[in-house]
Amino acid sequence: MTLLFYSAGAIALIATLSVILSSNVVHALVYLIISLLSVAVIFFALGAPFAAMLEAIVYAGAIMVLFLFVMMMLNLGQATEDEERAWMQPSLWIGPGLLSGILLLLFVSTLLTHDVTLAPVEVSVRDISLLLFGPWLLAVELASMLLLAGLIAAYHLAKK
Amino acid sequence: MKFEVGSALSIAAILFTVIVVAAMLIWVERRLLGLWQERLGPNRVGPFGLLQVVADMIKIFTKEDWVPPFADRFSFLLAPPIIMVVILLSFSVIPFAPGVGVIDSDIGVLFVLAMASLGAYSVMLGGLSSNNKYALLGSLRAAAQMVSYEVFMGISLLGVVALAGTFNLREIVLSQADGWYILPQCVGFLIFVIAGVAESHRLPFDIPEAEQEIVAGYHTEYSGMKFGMFFVGEYLGVVLVSSLIVVLFFGGWLGPAFLPPIVWFVLKASVFVAFFVLLRAAIPRPRYDQLMNYGWLFLLPLSLLNLLLTGAFVLWQEGM
Repeated sequence: MTLLFYSAGAIALIATLSVILSSNVVHALVYLIISLLSVAVIFFALGAPFAAMLEAIVYAGAIMVLFLFVMMMLNLGQATEDEERAWMQPSLWIGPGLLSGILLLLFVSTLLTHDVTLAPVEVSVRDISLLLFGPWLLAVELASMLLLAGLIAAYHLAKK
Repeated sequence: MKFEVGSALSIAAILFTVIVVAAMLIWVERRLLGLWQERLGPNRVGPFGLLQVVADMIKIFTKEDWVPPFADRFSFLLAPPIIMVVILLSFSVIPFAPGVGVIDSDIGVLFVLAMASLGAYSVMLGGLSSNNKYALLGSLRAAAQMVSYEVFMGISLLGVVALAGTFNLREIVLSQADGWYILPQCVGFLIFVIAGVAESHRLPFDIPEAEQEIVAGYHTEYSGMKFGMFFVGEYLGVVLVSSLIVVLFFGGWLGPAFLPPIVWFVLKASVFVAFFVLLRAAIPRPRYDQLMNYGWLFLLPLSLLNLLLTGAFVLWQEGM
């Protein structure tokens, strides 16, 4: 499981880096899907198979399909690719790189000062359902109301 | 080497059988269609035309493997294997018989749904990368159709999950020992079959590749074995949906003891494969907007209602 965790993590890192670096939008999307799937594998390795499957179904399977769907209708060609490449100037990397570096330092120092060990606890679907419809029932209901509001808004917008 | 769930022998046997069956289906479908349309179908190569598949395979492997210069090479090459891989992976959670299967997963049903949703990329990337307007139209249709029907497919399954109390497909089969779920879940079954046909974009829901309108849809630019992968992927999808129907609604391998369990499974699954072919022979293709309206305005409320009633029934039964 540890090997699975680290290899999936490495794939996630490489794929996410490729999302940023690739100038072709469709390729970037494919890398993003790979990244999300490897995050799903990480969840699985950490003992959360349900979260892993939701990650695959909702993020990789549904949201990314919609991204790709929109991309298909935009008819992006060589011009967009050139534009993307022009935006990818070295000077642009300084700011985000610096901030990410600080974040990484903070993260590493937290890991070093606190005792963090990878101890996966298997969380079954049943446990999650009991939690969701037990102590967290109110949150679930609130989330469902929010989704309903979004659904009605989408219906209203589409009708115009 | 023992023949049990997850043993190398079991995995190899399942993989081999599934691929061979999917390839043979090309011949089976053409013969059955011939029967139902009062003609012969392919009957020249070998006994009953059985070697037709071999001939087709030789042809498809020796064809020129061509990537159009205007296509996006990366996505063009990536698209066909996706459908093969995701459907073959879905077979890993199918319990064929006691001791025959690849894994016994507690998230079996969810895994199948996840793989089904990833299958949409094959069709979408294939059409998009071809840089061809007919291919693009086909994959736009496919994307909308697959994303929509995935929803009803998932919800129609939840009735069975609620009754069985588990996502594990093997336990779902075992819980049907006193009665198959086809009776309490007949509405869920009907929705699942319709959604299954739409998910595998088989006729009559082959709107993404409707030959009369958009040449061949998303695989217009494909040739040789790359086309072959889409083609075999479609038949693998048929086998997968049939197996799922058997596992979820018709008691899987359960049956009277005079036949071994695996034979029961194969028999039941064959009936649904034949049903898929009959659908193709019997029903005309709906229009694209008809399919979408039918899904969202009729199947979605119906599947939600089915889930609600099933939930109420389960609660009522527990209260007794």
